[in-house]
Amino acid sequence: MSWKTFSSMLARDAHVARRNFVPLLMQTLLQPLLFVFVFGKVMTASGFMPQAYKSLLLPGIMAISMVLAGIQAVAMPLIVEFQFSREIEDRLLAPIGIGWIEVEKVVAGMAQALVAGLVVIPASWLLLGQGVNLNFSRPLAFAAVALTVALFAASGGLTLGCSIGQTQVGLMFSLVLAPMIMFGCAYYPWSALKSFPILQKAVLVNPLVYACEGLRSTLVPQFPHLSTMIVLPVLLLIDAAVLAAGLSRFQRKALS
Amino acid sequence: MGLGIRTQDLRKVYTSPPPAAAGAAAGFMFTAAKARGGRNSNKKKPEIVALDGVSLDVQPGQVFGLLGPNGAGKSTTVGVLTTRVRPTSGQAWIGNYDVWKDPVAVKRLIGVVQQRPNLDFALTAREILLFHGAYFGLPSRERTGRARELLEQFKLTDRADQMVRGFSGGMMQRLSIARAMMHDPQVLFLDEPSAGLDPQTKLLLWEIVRNYNRAGKTILLTTHNMEEADALCQRLAIIDHGHIIALGTPAELKASLPGGYLLRLRFSRTSPDLVGRLQALPGVREVKAVDGQAADLYADRGGSLVAEIVNTASAEGAELHDVHIAEPSLENLFLHHTGRSLRE
Repeated sequence: MSWKTFSSMLARDAHVARRNFVPLLMQTLLQPLLFVFVFGKVMTASGFMPQAYKSLLLPGIMAISMVLAGIQAVAMPLIVEFQFSREIEDRLLAPIGIGWIEVEKVVAGMAQALVAGLVVIPASWLLLGQGVNLNFSRPLAFAAVALTVALFAASGGLTLGCSIGQTQVGLMFSLVLAPMIMFGCAYYPWSALKSFPILQKAVLVNPLVYACEGLRSTLVPQFPHLSTMIVLPVLLLIDAAVLAAGLSRFQRKALS
Repeated sequence: MGLGIRTQDLRKVYTSPPPAAAGAAAGFMFTAAKARGGRNSNKKKPEIVALDGVSLDVQPGQVFGLLGPNGAGKSTTVGVLTTRVRPTSGQAWIGNYDVWKDPVAVKRLIGVVQQRPNLDFALTAREILLFHGAYFGLPSRERTGRARELLEQFKLTDRADQMVRGFSGGMMQRLSIARAMMHDPQVLFLDEPSAGLDPQTKLLLWEIVRNYNRAGKTILLTTHNMEEADALCQRLAIIDHGHIIALGTPAELKASLPGGYLLRLRFSRTSPDLVGRLQALPGVREVKAVDGQAADLYADRGGSLVAEIVNTASAEGAELHDVHIAEPSLENLFLHHTGRSLRE
């Protein structure tokens, strides 16, 4: 494996991301931040939601931003690059194993997911003003959760990007991402589903549940949440499975 | 010094429809996932035999041409040699490296120009060259200089800092070639390099290929253009349906053709007697009857035969309707071996 090749590919992705910085930011952050504004600001200020909801909402929004950003950062370019024009080929022909090209895509996606997640914190503070109570007492646990969530997002992007064609991008949003977000315990804690016992069990297949609960447990432990002792191992398992699927799909697409 | 290219008994059978890397049009579909599903596994997968035992030996420093019609297996051969198409069986080497045992070492040695431009559309022309150089570990100063030279050489300097999305087909093709030469590879693969180039640019390309070869580099190019094969290649393989059907220098190949001249004749009708009498005309080497009305006649001479053919035909009660005389060419050779014209 050649570091020069690997780092040049990262530099290429960073360069393209920088060039598309504003659209990229809008694409991943606008929707979550609108949600923060409506639910965190409008609804709480008008009294329909308690003030505390602001703090409950924030980790969920972070998780959504990270997952959306990571998936889109990896999947969208891949979908285009594997299309008719085979833009990816200059990297497939670079002197580096194909496995490393996949790793590079995942690393670049993780970086974008982490940026998208971390930007939510200052942005929400600006939007919501008073009343956001974050607890940074477990920085290592927070970092671990954030990294596993980012890895999930980027590997999910790799898998999706290598599985669907350009015509199915809309389907990806309505069939995969929308249900994942709605049933991802982003806007409510998992324990809030206890009056829907079947649903409560069913949503456990949704990786976003662990992402939200994990961030909740490390940022706003004052609310009910799943323990990181559960969240981290499950997320790691999901990461491994999704990453393995993505890696093999990429190989199949890259070679004929 | 350049490196040789060798393949032994390459076979490639595609079982999934889109051999995208091999140049065929990829469909917009859920890749393979459905076809491999349990329910369908009993159904026979569609099998396309793209290569059927291709063995080649290209000497270091040679310009070697793979000539054949669309779908003959040219791009698949290039795909196997350039680490993008995994052969079903057989082996391929660049220099002493087995392409499928040590693909990274092979990638370092080769430059590849695809049939379709596959440029990185997220970058400008100059950035494409710079990043390509960086992938191959060229130091920053060297790649800046080399990118400038290549842009100049391929007449792209004035568009160098624009996104390639808006480039014309010919410009993209030129940039693809410049990119493949960016890291100064020992072996250059050009898959249909002149497709879509205007005549002037084609000549520019030929000049560049010749110069590159003069520097000792090995070049393998595919083409279905006889003129190009004749002009550039020191050796040629004619390939059809995944088989090599003829191999040699352009001169050898042309000399191997019976006669050299090809007269494609169309009569009101033909008969075995007529074919026999045509065969007996002086200078005629071979006559092949094509359906009931036509014949391909290979001969040492061209126009001077026509009068005799007309007389022979009328003696047999047939009328000559059409005649097309082709001078000795690789096109005729292809026709001779396959019964089909290259453009069909």
